[in-house]
Order: sequence, then structure tokens, then C-alpha cells
Amino acid sequence: MAQRIDVKDLNIYYGDFKAVADVGMAIEPRSVTAFIGPSGCGKSTFLRTLNRMHEVIPGAHVEGTVAVDGVDLYGADVDPVAVRRQVGMVFQRPNPFPTMSIEENVLAGVRLNNKRISKSDAADLVEVSLRSANLWTEVKDRLNRPGSGLSGGQQQRLCIARAIAVKPQVLLMDEPCSALDPISTLAIEDLISELKSAYTIVIVTHNMQQAARVSDRTAFFNLAGVGQPGRLVEIDDTGTIFSSPREQATEDYISGRFG
Amino acid sequence: MTSTQSPPDAAPVGPPPLAPPARRRGRPGRVRVRDRGMSRAFRWLATGAGALILVVLAAVAVFLVVKAWPAITEPTDQLVAEVPWLHGASSLLSFVGPLIFGTVLAAALALLIATPIALGIALFISHYAPRRLAAGLGYVVDLLAAIPSVVYGLWGGLVLAPFVQPVWSWLGETLGWIPFFSGDVSPTARVLLTVGLVLAVMILPIITAVSREVFLQTPRLHEEAALALGATRWEMIRTAVLPFARSGIISAAMLGLGRALGETMAVLMILSPGFLYSFKLLVAGQQQTIAANIAAQFAEASPMSVSALIATGLALFVITLFVNMTARWIVSRRKDFSGAN
Ligand SMILES: Nc1ncnc2c1ncn2[C@@H]1O[C@H](COP(=O)(O)OP(=O)(O)OP(=O)(O)O)[C@@H](O)[C@H]1O
Ligand SMILES: [Mg+2]
Repeated sequence: MAQRIDVKDLNIYYGDFKAVADVGMAIEPRSVTAFIGPSGCGKSTFLRTLNRMHEVIPGAHVEGTVAVDGVDLYGADVDPVAVRRQVGMVFQRPNPFPTMSIEENVLAGVRLNNKRISKSDAADLVEVSLRSANLWTEVKDRLNRPGSGLSGGQQQRLCIARAIAVKPQVLLMDEPCSALDPISTLAIEDLISELKSAYTIVIVTHNMQQAARVSDRTAFFNLAGVGQPGRLVEIDDTGTIFSSPREQATEDYISGRFG
Repeated sequence: MTSTQSPPDAAPVGPPPLAPPARRRGRPGRVRVRDRGMSRAFRWLATGAGALILVVLAAVAVFLVVKAWPAITEPTDQLVAEVPWLHGASSLLSFVGPLIFGTVLAAALALLIATPIALGIALFISHYAPRRLAAGLGYVVDLLAAIPSVVYGLWGGLVLAPFVQPVWSWLGETLGWIPFFSGDVSPTARVLLTVGLVLAVMILPIITAVSREVFLQTPRLHEEAALALGATRWEMIRTAVLPFARSGIISAAMLGLGRALGETMAVLMILSPGFLYSFKLLVAGQQQTIAANIAAQFAEASPMSVSALIATGLALFVITLFVNMTARWIVSRRKDFSGAN
């Protein structure tokens, strides 16, 4: 189910402001790619162009191509809604729907995509999704309680369950652990390692150890200065990036000399 | 004297309110931090304002009860003899009954017409219209609230009634088998459906304004969660916006209902009154509302008549209170799921 992503000459704008310039990279299927870089360099912005969530912000637009399995997401006849059904997303802050129960949260995406699903199928899907998100044992007795009643880490795993319930090709995660304690973080990292056998995963993180632990490839973004667009400095195997990066800027950032 | 704007029940604007800080204060086991200076002054001010509202409410209730008492306790035969406009009713209760019925029917009608339209406008303004158009449209809707109800009455009687009369005739002919549309359609259209229509226009602004505010407060995070799952705009509204706004919508509708229940002039000027328990919306001389009846009778009323009128006012007060409390109850029922936590 996983698919490769090819990004070419991508410029990303908020109105007139060019936030990210000239990004080109290939993201392999069934792998975890981590984005690192200082705050404001455009990691989230770039991530959100991979499922066309960028354009829900008024005035935001892009130039260039993002091809998923050879099909340009920004082609004239591509429906952004269809793209988002293929490319799931987990946000920095857990955002289960507060008015829905845990079960309804997991099914939310499925209910949108194919309106009808039998009761037993739904129950199975809820269990499978929650199991893959490592949440099943904790919530199986209270599936009818509101999703917002869970702890932050549980909520985040609920959001992951919700995202994978629709069986996307690609899963994007924007700092999924930044609001979580170390134990929940580990749970989610384990989860990412398991999920990569089925999905193409892209994760933004500020935590170097996390990038080193979970990812196969790492992309370093940097910012030349305030008001300048962010750029991709380099992307390579995670081992290489953390041991012998090609660029000086990468080494400086990783060794904590700035940022 | 109506109670439409009974202040403490002005339903909360915006998403599920957090518990007011005043209630937390002084909870047992909580360390009491001493307020100082401005903070203390503000606390007294807030407490005072809250208390004042209660006092006003109580004063109104007491006034109504005291003034209505003579009519309520007067022996029925004497009351009927003294109050000329009881319209053959055998007692005060059998007179107030149809009035309550008419009042609730007219207000319900207005709510039924106004709510869907108001929600549509509010959603359009908050989630569909380009920003410029949205601002303009919001402003126009707010302007509707600035029109005095006398003007609505004039407009309803002189312009709207003749205009809708052919439509009502058509309704009566084709859908006459539905009880609401049965009977001889009034040639002047001074009937309850016309009143409902005018009341709907009058309560449209408040429902629109409140629900628009609530829609705008939907957390961006939840909207994006829906969009990222592949929701279309309408699906996003259904999954993220409407559930979040649910209690706000109810509050908005209840505010509108409150206004419709107490509206006087427009009803008085449009409706050809009657004192029956009648669902016929297109026939003249069927229903009357409490507020319009008070306005119509008050000028030439004897002391006992006034007392009887105030008794009907008391009924209106109770209805409005009941409506607001029901709204509160509905809002609080699913608190767990409200998103306030
Ligand atoms: N909604 C927006 N409107 C306008 N500019 C924005 C918006 N969101 C982000 N930007 C700008 O785009 C640039 C990149 O922001 P982005 O959020 O992508 O950074 P980031 O790398 O994710 O940072 P962080 O690590 O702090 O999350 C910044 O200059 C930011 O100010
Ligand atoms: Mg970010």
C-alpha cells in the first residue's frame, strides 16, 4: 500500500511570502523519513504540502510538483479531498473530535469515505486500528466515552488510529510526540517502527535522538535568515546524517552548535 | 410587561462556557488567596452585578404575582362580570389557556422558519463566503435587528400580508387536507402564518449572530483534523463545526424563541385575533398571543381587568423561564462531549 513520493522544485508561499524554496527529494515507500531543522525553517509547511493541507490556509499556494507514485498531487484534475484520503496526517497537538466517542473518532474518516459500513465491520475496524495504535487494551472498556477524556499520549495514539483506519498510502506526522511524556513517546516510536512495514511515513521532529531512533532517512532544513525562505540542506540515510553529513551546516546543527 | 429579556437567562454566547470562577471560589479544601486592590474590587463588582440581576428578576416575579393575585383569587362569576373582554370564557384559566397556546404556536412557527435560514446564513458567513462579502453580509443581518418592531408590524400588515395572500390561498387549496392549512383562507392574510413569517424575520438576526460567533470559534485544529481525513467542506462542517456548535445553536434558538414569545407590536398590528385552541394557520380570528392581547386591552382596562391581564403576563413569564431552563438542560446534558475539557 505504501507509495513513493517525488518532490521537484517546490516553492511554498503564504500569500506573497515565500516560506520554503526549491525543495527536491525522493521519499521511499515503506520507510520512515524524518525532517529536522531549526524552528521556522518550514518543516511543517513542507509536510503540509504533501497532502495539500497547506492550501486550506487563505492565500497559501505552491509551485512545483509533488508526485505520489508518479501522479502529481497538484495536477489540474486532482481533487485535494481525494489526496487527503490517500495521505493521512497526525498533528502536533492531539486533536480527537471532542464531541465524538473513542469509537466514533476511529471511524470518523471511514464514515466520510464510504458512508456505509456494517456494524460488525465497524467494530472490527475499531479494534484493528486501536490495536495497531497500541491503544486497544487501554480503551477497550470505554469505547463510548469521549475521546477528549483520554490522556494526551492516549489522545495522540487515538489520532494515529483514526488516521490509519482509512488505510492511507502515506502517513504524515508533525511533531507527534512534542506534547508527550517519555513513556508515551516511546510507545509512539515503537508504533512508527511497526507501521513502516505497511506505510510510507514522514515525521517532523525536534528531537535528534528520536530522528536517529525511528527514521531510515533524515532531511535537514535550514533558514538563511529572518524573512528568507527555508531550504532543504541535505537528505541522506539517517546513519550518514548523524555520523558524517556532507554539509557543515548539518553537522553544526546536529552537534548543537546552533539552533 | 413581558419577560423576554429576563437577563440572567440570556443564554450564553459562544461555545460551552467554562465554569464561572465565582463558583469555584470558596470551595471547601481550597486555599483562599486573598484578593488585593483591583482584584477585590472587581470581585465585588462581578458579584454585585450577578446579585442585582437576581434581585431584578425576583422583583419582576413578585410584581407579577402581587398584581395578578386579585384576578386569580376572584370568584369566577364575579371576574367574568367585571372583565368585559373575557370573550365568553368561563374562567380566567380557560381564557389564559388559548392565549398561551397562541403565543407558543406563533413563536414555534417563527423558530421553525427562522432557525434553518439563520444557520444557513451563519454558516455561509463563517465558512463559505469570501472574507469581504462575509463582513458585509454580517453587517446587513445585524441591521435587521435595528428595525423597530412597529415598522415590522406596518410592513407585515401593509406589504407582506397582501403579497403572501395568493401563496396562502394556494397552500389552502392544495394542502388543505393538512390540519394546519385547512379552513377558509383569509382574504387579508392577517393570519398566524403571516405573523410567524414576520416574527421569523425579527428573530433571524439574533440567531444568525450568535451561531455565527459560535461557528467562528470552532478550533482550527478540529477543522483541520476533519479536512486531513479527506472531508469535503460540508463534511468538515458536519464533523467538526456543527457538533462543536451544538449547544451554542440551541442557545441562539432559545434567545430567538424568547424574543418571539414576547413580541407585541408586530403581532398586534398584523394578526386578526381569536381565542381558540386552533391549529388553523391560514384562517382569520383563530389565535392571539399574550403580549399582543395585553397591549390591545390595557388602555381601557378597569383595575380588575388590569389584574387579569397581569395574570396572563405572569403566564408568559413562566413560559419564558421554562423555555430558558429547558435550553440550559439540553445544553448541559452532553457536557462530557462538549469539548470544554
Ligand atoms: N499560517 C501561516 N501564515 C503565514 N506564515 C506562516 C504560517 N505558518 C507558518 N508561516 C511561516 O512560514 C515559515 C515556516 O513555518 P513552519 O511552521 O513551517 O516552521 P517549522 O519548521 O515547522 O517550525 P517549528 O519547528 O517551530 O514548528 C515561518 O516563517 C512561519 O512564520
Ligand atoms: Mg512546525
